[in-house]
Parts: sequence; structure tokens; C-alpha cells
Amino acid sequence: MSETHGRATLPQPRGPVSTIVRDALLRPPHDLPAVPDLTGDGPLTDDDLQLTLFLCYELHYRGWHGVDDGWEWQPSLLALRAAAERPFEAAIRALVGPPPAVSPQQLPAALHEVTTAGDGPSLAGFLRGRGTLAQFREFVAHRSVYHLREADPHTWGLPRLGGPAKAALVEIQMDEYGNGQLHRMHAELFRTTMGRLGLDTRYGAHLDAVPAITLAGNNAMSLFGLHRRWRGALLGHLAALEMTSSLPNRRYGDALRRLGGDETATRFFDEHVEADAVHEQIALHDLCGGLVSQEPELTADVLLGASAALALDDLFAAHLLDSWAAGRSSLRNAASRPAGPLRVTVPGVPAAKTKVAS
Amino acid sequence: MTAACPWQGTVEPEDHGTAAPAAATITPYPDGPLVVRGDFALTTPDGRQIDARRRTVALCRCGKSTMIPFCDATHKAIGFRAGNPPDPAAPA
Repeated sequence: MSETHGRATLPQPRGPVSTIVRDALLRPPHDLPAVPDLTGDGPLTDDDLQLTLFLCYELHYRGWHGVDDGWEWQPSLLALRAAAERPFEAAIRALVGPPPAVSPQQLPAALHEVTTAGDGPSLAGFLRGRGTLAQFREFVAHRSVYHLREADPHTWGLPRLGGPAKAALVEIQMDEYGNGQLHRMHAELFRTTMGRLGLDTRYGAHLDAVPAITLAGNNAMSLFGLHRRWRGALLGHLAALEMTSSLPNRRYGDALRRLGGDETATRFFDEHVEADAVHEQIALHDLCGGLVSQEPELTADVLLGASAALALDDLFAAHLLDSWAAGRSSLRNAASRPAGPLRVTVPGVPAAKTKVAS
Repeated sequence: MTAACPWQGTVEPEDHGTAAPAAATITPYPDGPLVVRGDFALTTPDGRQIDARRRTVALCRCGKSTMIPFCDATHKAIGFRAGNPPDPAAPA
């Protein structure tokens, strides 16, 4: 597989457990040694814990350069992952609190309520109004961990569903994957935006730069996607993403236009304004509504997944805005940030002769 | 034959797999857009085709979208209320 589309390059370790796991992955599959306790405080911002989870989960996606695929189902690694998931799950539950008791019939209204009650920080509003090009690049570097594999975590749900929820998930995912056309796949639109911003577009290229909270948002999707028992939360998570996407993506697109981005650069965001206005309706009524019409006992899990998506995104936004307010980079290794102007294609001029915006 | 899943549509579930589906369906979603699925063409009043860009589209119902005829979720920002569509099962 090419570096562009995966595998990912192994990131540097961030503590004792991720060091043990990373070192082990570079050798043929074998039983791991005993590892230090993983139940420390603050799992959502614990770099060692979140990177350990990410190292384990990526084995189920496109894998790591130089790592034997046999590690995916190595029992001692799965046991370590389970030990890391316990405090992570507990932290997610503590973050969102118990979901309100609602009936399956009340679920659409309850999802509407949680996705519009948002009192979280507005990253999109900040970037549209006064974000700098450097800050926009940071935002895109963080988001690339997800968007270069956009939709993949929720696709884990397909074989776990039947009936109306499955049909709805297929309808959404078809659009996410560009109806099978590479140049329309959302992950590829994002790659184009990254290229315009002068960012490294390889799969997983920014893993070393992103902090624990960015990994935590991605790990939550993998947790929900890889465990069948979490299928309700997985669909709720997707619904929350879709229901809070159109309006912010308009602002992100506006931000990039203000900073000099051309139509090609902003296409990813512009596409999501329109696509997610469709997906929102499908996700709310057909996907989540369809699921609880078949499995009403999953109603609370759907709400938990939606609330987790929103709460983790609020923590992520707060990290970026707080970092910038303090005059710091929101990335771990700011030295790797690109500088220079945006790349802009001038209509009618061959790509080799593109000029840069001033 | 196989039919599109009629869960949201006009075909009753017990007819699944036997009734011929419509070429296209138009579904008013609660307080939201009209979602169009199936074999359809979007055109301007003078007959020029509008690129739908996806198989399922959401058409603006609140009138405030910035991307007419498509929905851009502005209906939520303005608190659009559409009322309930008639219940097909209710007696006339």
C-alpha cells in the first residue's frame, strides 16, 4: 500500500506503556511483557493511554509500516487494549453523565435537543472571524487523523445491523465514499485541502503532532466501531457528527476563503454543508430511528454515543482555542508546522505554472 | 425483485419485495427538508439540468437556504416548523 493511503508510520511513544507496545510491534507477534498500570487520572488527556489505544486500534484499519499484520489478533495485545479501554470507557461515561431516559419514539427529539443545546466553544466561529492561516493549518492537521479515513470507523457498523438502520447507513456511507468515485471521496477532498495548505497529506502523517485529546476523539470512534455491544453508541456518534456539521462547515469554508483559499481548497467544507444537510435527516430519522424501532433497548446507548461525540469535540475545540489564546501552538511539535502562502490554481494556467497567493 | 427499503416510503412493510417501488420518492422530514431519492432530474424552470451531485438530495423547505434549491441546514438556525404531514393511515 502506498504511503499516501496507508499504512501509517509508527508514531513516537509517549510514556512507559506506549513504549512497550511500540517496541513489541516492531518484532514478530509475541506475548507482551507485563505493563505498568493504566488506570491513571485523566484518561482523556493521558498521552500514554491514548497513544497506546491508537497503536492497538490502527491494526484494524490500515496497519503500521514495518509491523506484522498478525498483531491485529494477538491475544496479549488484545488483553492490553481491553485494560486500556476500561478507564477510557469510564472517562467517557463520566464526561457525558447518564443519558436521559427517553422512549424510542422520543429519540429524534432527544437527539435534536442534545445537538442544539451546545454551549461549547465555537471553533468554527473563531476561525471564520479571526483565525490565522497558521491556526487553520493546525486545525486541519488535527482533523486529518479522522478525515483521511473519514467514514471508516462507522462502516464497522454495517455488518452488525439489519433492516432499516443498515439501509440508512449504506445511504450515508455511499455519499461519504463519493459513490465509489475516488475524486469525490470525502477523504480525498480533505487530502486536496491539505495539499493546498502545504501540509503533509500522507495517511497518519500528523500523529506525532496531535495531543491526547485529538487521539481520544478518534479512539472513541474506534471503541464504538470495533465492539458490537457499542453499535447503538456508534450510530448516535455518527448522528451527532452529521447533525452538527453543515453550519460549522460553512464557517470553516468561509474562513479558508477569507485566508485566500480557492474553490479547490474549500471544496471539502463546501461539500459537507450540502451533504450533511442530507445525512442529518437520514441519520436522525432513518438510521437512529430505524435502529431503535428494531432494538428499542439501545435508545440510551444512541444518546450516549451522540453526547460523547459532542463532549469530546468540545474538549478538542477548547484545547485549540485555549492554546491560541495563550499564544501557543495547539500541536505538540510546532516546529513541524508548514509556513508560506496557500497554493492557488489560476484558471486557465497549467498546474505546473501555478502561482501562489500573496 | 428487490425494492428499496420502504421504511420511510409509501409502500407498507408487508409489501416489501412485492410492490413495485416508485421511480422516485419525496419525503418531507419533520421540520426539515424534502428528501428526494430514486430516479429523478432537477431542472431550472427553463429546463436546464441542475447537477444533484449525489444520489439522495435534500431540497430546501424553509426558503432560507443559501444554496437553493438544496438544504444547507439553515432551517435549524431559524427554528423552522413545518407541522406534521398527513398520516396516510388515517381515515379520510
